[in-house]
Formats: sequence, C-alpha cells, structure tokens
Amino acid sequence: MERIPILKVGEFLLVSIQVDMHDRLVLSLQDDLTAQVVVSRAKGVLIDISALDMVDSFIGRMLGNMAAMTRALGAETVVVGMQPAVAITIVELGLVLTDVRTAINVDKGMALLQNLLNESSVIDSHEFHEK
Amino acid sequence: MNSTKSNTLALRSCEDIVHVRQTVRTWMVEQRFTLVDQTKMVTATSELARNAVDYAGGGTAQLELLEESGRIGIRVLIEDHGPGIANIEQAMTDGFTSGQGMGLGLGGSKRLVDDFEIWSEPGKGTRVSITRWK
Repeated sequence: MERIPILKVGEFLLVSIQVDMHDRLVLSLQDDLTAQVVVSRAKGVLIDISALDMVDSFIGRMLGNMAAMTRALGAETVVVGMQPAVAITIVELGLVLTDVRTAINVDKGMALLQNLLNESSVIDSHEFHEK
Repeated sequence: MNSTKSNTLALRSCEDIVHVRQTVRTWMVEQRFTLVDQTKMVTATSELARNAVDYAGGGTAQLELLEESGRIGIRVLIEDHGPGIANIEQAMTDGFTSGQGMGLGLGGSKRLVDDFEIWSEPGKGTRVSITRWK
C-alpha cells in the first residue's frame, strides 16, 4: 500500500509530501504520524509541502488536524515550503490555517521548532523551581 | 464560442479526484496558463469533484478547451445524480456545509474562477460549470 514516509531527524520527525495525495492517503498519513509521534517521542514535526502544487480545503483541514493532534501528544508541528501560488489560492478559497505554524523552508522550520522547544524547557524549569 | 477539445472523466473514487485535477493541470500547462491560474482552477476542480464523490455517490467531469475571439479558456463541468441542493444561495455561503467539510467548496470555488454556473434539483442531482480564461 502507498505510504508517505516519516523520517526521524534528531528530536524531530520530517514528512516530505512528494505526491499528489488522494484523500485516503492523507488520512493514513494522519494515523501514521500520530503513531510515530508516540513511538519516537518526537518533540516536533516538520511537514514539507514544497512539492505540493495544490492544497484544497480537505488537505488544508488535514494539515490543521495533524498540527492539533501532534500538539495534544506534546509535539509542535510546522508546515514548511508552501508554494506562493498555493498560498494565493488558499487565501482566495477562504481557507485559514489558524493554529498551523508555517516556515519558508525546512531549515527555518527546524530553527522555529528548536526555539519552541527551548522556550518550553525554560517554562518547565521555572515551574519546577516554583514547586 | 468553439470547443476545440473535450474529454469526460469518471468521478467515483478519491483516486479519480486526483486524476481529474491532474488532467486539468496538464491541459493548462499545455495552454501555458500562469502557475497561479493553474493552481486556482485545479483547486476549484478538486473541491467540486470531491463534493460529487463524497456527497452524491460519484459523477463525471467533462473538460473542455474553449476558444472565443482569440481567447483560450478551460471549462470543467462536474455533474452528479446525487441528492441535489435545495437552497443554492445558502450552499454558496462560506461556512455552510451539509457534510463534514468546512463549507468552502462552492463559494470558495466560485472565487477561484472567472465563470461559475450551478444548476441543481433536489432528488435529481447537481451540475456545476467552472471556466478560467487565459
């Protein structure tokens, strides 16, 4: 069966979408990704959509779902590499990716995740001292 | 308005949605539409094709290459024999949804194309025609 590969890179998971996904493939990615976050104990997820030439409301909703699900499991998700034509189209379509963090490329996305991770560890240690 | 090329594709499964949007993309690349034009038309096609597959038990997508006074256009006609839409005006409103969608399908698709026409009759089905001109 077709699958989108999920790679472990340090503390993060990297998903690079290289094919035009049909709906079932998107749903299986959602299942695989949440399972992998738990198994790998990853603190962050990068979803690279630079090869995706179209994001419709279904794919957009699934990106939002994946961000919310991984957050519930303690990992932040950053969607990286959206093509400009895709950005123009989703805004006109009316799709708002609220709650989905984005970055221009994998490098910037990785840096954003690292920052989020550092911030949360500072907060954790404060909480620890107060107790 | 002349139709210079036509092709009708089945819309039964989610793989068919991918096939239809890829065919629209190929035609638009051949006709050298801009990348933004291609992306808008392909996205609108995907929204409407999904409506037909998910809510109407499938249908067809008829692609047509048009020529009118030297202008080139691509028209996609999505047709189904599903439950139809009782209140089209309401269905065109953002946020309106009969299923689990976000309700961006019809209103959102209309914003992405130059011409948008819809016919629907409850119990008979729905036809939506979208056109993008170069």
